[in-house]
Amino acid sequence: MNTLQFNHTAAQLSPSGGGGGGLNGRKEFTITVYTENQVGLLNRIAIIFSKRKINIDSLNTSPSEVDSVHRFTIVINETEEVVRKLCRQIEKQVEVLKAYYNTNDEIIWQEMAMYKVPTDVIAEHVKVERLLSQHGAKAVVIRKDYTVFEVAGQREETDNLIKVLEPYGLIEFVRSARIAIIKSSDGFHNKLKEFEYKEPGEVVIENEYLSENEKVFSM
Amino acid sequence: MEILEKIKQPATSESKNPSASIPTNSGEGREVSGSEAVLDACVQEGVYTIFGYPGGAIMPIYDALYDYKEKLQHILVRHEQGAIHAAQGFARASGKTGVVFATSGPGATNLVTGLADAMIDSTPLVCITGQVFAHLLGTDAFQETDVINITTPVTKWNYQVTDATEIPAVLAKAFYIAGSGRPGPVLIDITKNAQLQKFQYEGYKKCDHIRSYRPKPIVRKEYIEEAAKLINEAERPFVIFGQGVILGKAENEFKQFIEKGGLPAAWTIMGMSAIPTDHPLGVGMLGMHGNYGPNVLTNECDVLIAIGMRFDDRVTGRLDKYAKQAKIIHLDIDPAEIDKNVKATVGVWGDCKETLPLLTELLQQKVYPTWLQKFHDFMAKETEKCIQPELNPTGDTLTMGEVIKTLNELTNGDAIIVTDVGQHQMVACRYAKMNHSKSNITSGGLGTMGYALPAAIGAAYGDPSRTTVAIIGDGGFQMTLQELGTIMQFKPNVKILILNNQFLGMVRQWQQLFHEKRYSFVDITSPDFVAVAKGYYIDGQRVSERDKLKYALQTMLNHDGSYLLEVMVGKENNVFPMVPQGRGVAECVLSKEEI
Ligand SMILES: Cc1ncc(C[n+]2csc(CCOP(=O)(O)OP(=O)(O)O)c2C)c(N)n1
Ligand SMILES: [Mg+2]
Repeated sequence: MNTLQFNHTAAQLSPSGGGGGGLNGRKEFTITVYTENQVGLLNRIAIIFSKRKINIDSLNTSPSEVDSVHRFTIVINETEEVVRKLCRQIEKQVEVLKAYYNTNDEIIWQEMAMYKVPTDVIAEHVKVERLLSQHGAKAVVIRKDYTVFEVAGQREETDNLIKVLEPYGLIEFVRSARIAIIKSSDGFHNKLKEFEYKEPGEVVIENEYLSENEKVFSM
Repeated sequence: MEILEKIKQPATSESKNPSASIPTNSGEGREVSGSEAVLDACVQEGVYTIFGYPGGAIMPIYDALYDYKEKLQHILVRHEQGAIHAAQGFARASGKTGVVFATSGPGATNLVTGLADAMIDSTPLVCITGQVFAHLLGTDAFQETDVINITTPVTKWNYQVTDATEIPAVLAKAFYIAGSGRPGPVLIDITKNAQLQKFQYEGYKKCDHIRSYRPKPIVRKEYIEEAAKLINEAERPFVIFGQGVILGKAENEFKQFIEKGGLPAAWTIMGMSAIPTDHPLGVGMLGMHGNYGPNVLTNECDVLIAIGMRFDDRVTGRLDKYAKQAKIIHLDIDPAEIDKNVKATVGVWGDCKETLPLLTELLQQKVYPTWLQKFHDFMAKETEKCIQPELNPTGDTLTMGEVIKTLNELTNGDAIIVTDVGQHQMVACRYAKMNHSKSNITSGGLGTMGYALPAAIGAAYGDPSRTTVAIIGDGGFQMTLQELGTIMQFKPNVKILILNNQFLGMVRQWQQLFHEKRYSFVDITSPDFVAVAKGYYIDGQRVSERDKLKYALQTMLNHDGSYLLEVMVGKENNVFPMVPQGRGVAECVLSKEEI
């Protein structure tokens, strides 16, 4: 458990091994990366994919439960062999703590979607309200002119609701990137806390001078 | 289940608690500028030589340098590419980290080729670039370039400093990252305001630990045991080694390993000189223009032991025809290399300075006379078909091989050989005799023409106790010959040996062999190189006759200071053996008729 292992099995980095799907076929993988919170790291990770002309289907990055540690969730379609090598390259970056990859059956995942629809249409059609509640939609904002609903779910589910709402004057739609919980993630939270406690992360230093361009002398 | 393992890993000897860092007593509590902090960091890191070129955005650092003339030697190059290649040559000859200063915009973009070269050849560098004032970032200010984003793919780490207080810790990190684990180039971009800004200096603390970075692991004994078992059971074991042995400063450990195990060992171009080229177990060079035996017998060994090398395609040829019969042991400090190109039966992740002695301890003392003889038999064939005609030609024109042979006779294998890229590089690496580690300085992974002249300048500073010979083609010399100006001004002792075949020879060879001799823009013309050198007050001469060669080389070596010798060689000679692109290593050919 202390060190990476290098047997022939490609699944060493995956908490519970490959699982599902053939080794040679491409399939959807979710890559979870813990990193330091540093300017430029997003680019450093993104170019590992673009260098190989791999399209990123979905990318979420935000602080983990520990402020100084960020968690990336990256979804791509590739073979396990390629994904395994990508994770090694990601993990090799100085400011990356750890990279995992998982197939869809090894994770619980969700995307969040928001739908903006005209309020009068909903008010008129009782059916719409029923449809919305069938899809688990919850109103976030209700105004005279429009209402915003949110739904969390997998791609198909949020897609379906678009189709449902289209005939009723859907105004705007937005979907977030995937976030995922790894089913076999025993101890992640405690490890992170312990890690941060033992050695707190560095604060991000941002450019303090951008708004001072008229006050500063330069040549 | 494996979780957050960098997190879990207890501190190794190299990654101690940060509180264990040693504060140095330089100027504590003093008010200094960011620029002075940069220079003090260099001094504290033991840097003496810096290669650089000034400009607007790095002027505060150059201003501070004016007062550091005693402590730091700055070599003013003629182009920033020259600075970074010089720093690379310095690093490769000395085993230390090379340091470069350049200005923003064009100064910084001129570093990119060298960064890419250092990245792929794992050369430790710290490059400091000036940047426009922090408040101007993103305004398309004069000489503003997004250097961090341009260099991200070609640096091991990079960072932009906008506040002077960051400088000591960031530079400490830079030196630590560049030199530890698998080394590589680091770039620190410092905005001009941070260079000028005064702050309360608490002294410089070297970095020896970064919580998210593990330069090397604690070695796992079970993999060592598995590897030893495979080697002990082998009948035809074969060691292939790369620069990792040199970078790990594990030359002795490596020698003891192959000598105890009686293991035939071949080097990659980057591993060359880790053991003397005439070591009885050294069976030659691998790769496209390597030796016949090591290439062919890669596909006959039963256990292939790869050490500090990365299975580059120039070494493996076609992967589906590479060592398929063999069990493969791969020792590397970079876990991303293990299983990257060739699947390892046993991967030993670690610093070979640590893993090799552990492995040697478990080895049975052995010899494999019949197996070793096979290498000798292949060498005999190669000698007859390729080596003999190259080293002892019967035609009138000189061959590159005989120039190298004669050079060997005069240097006795004690010189640092810096090569450029092309046929002369392959010939030099095939035939040069090397007795000491760090003798072979060449652009291996990137194949950067124009590398040799500046790298040789750097090597001359990196190890002034040895003779530095730069072997360069007529094409490549014209890519960075402006660095003759650096030689003129600072007088490093560099022996420049141009092997002039009046062609971009390596490309011409490919056009001849694979493009029906359609010589498309490879007949490059050259100036009078001796006259050019003379213009820079560097002595030199041109030879084309065999009976004058040895004396000319002797004159070059004996000359007090730098010297340029241009040797006219056969125009259309080819380098053989060759593993043609797309073929397996066993399909190595000895002549063009076999292609
Ligand atoms: C910067 C760069 N541009 C192009 C090449 C492609 N290239 C490889 S070898 C070679 C010919 C080199 O000619 P020369 O320097 O005369 O050496 P020779 O092969 O004749 O010994 C070329 C053009 C390269 N390696 N590097
Ligand atoms: Mg040439």
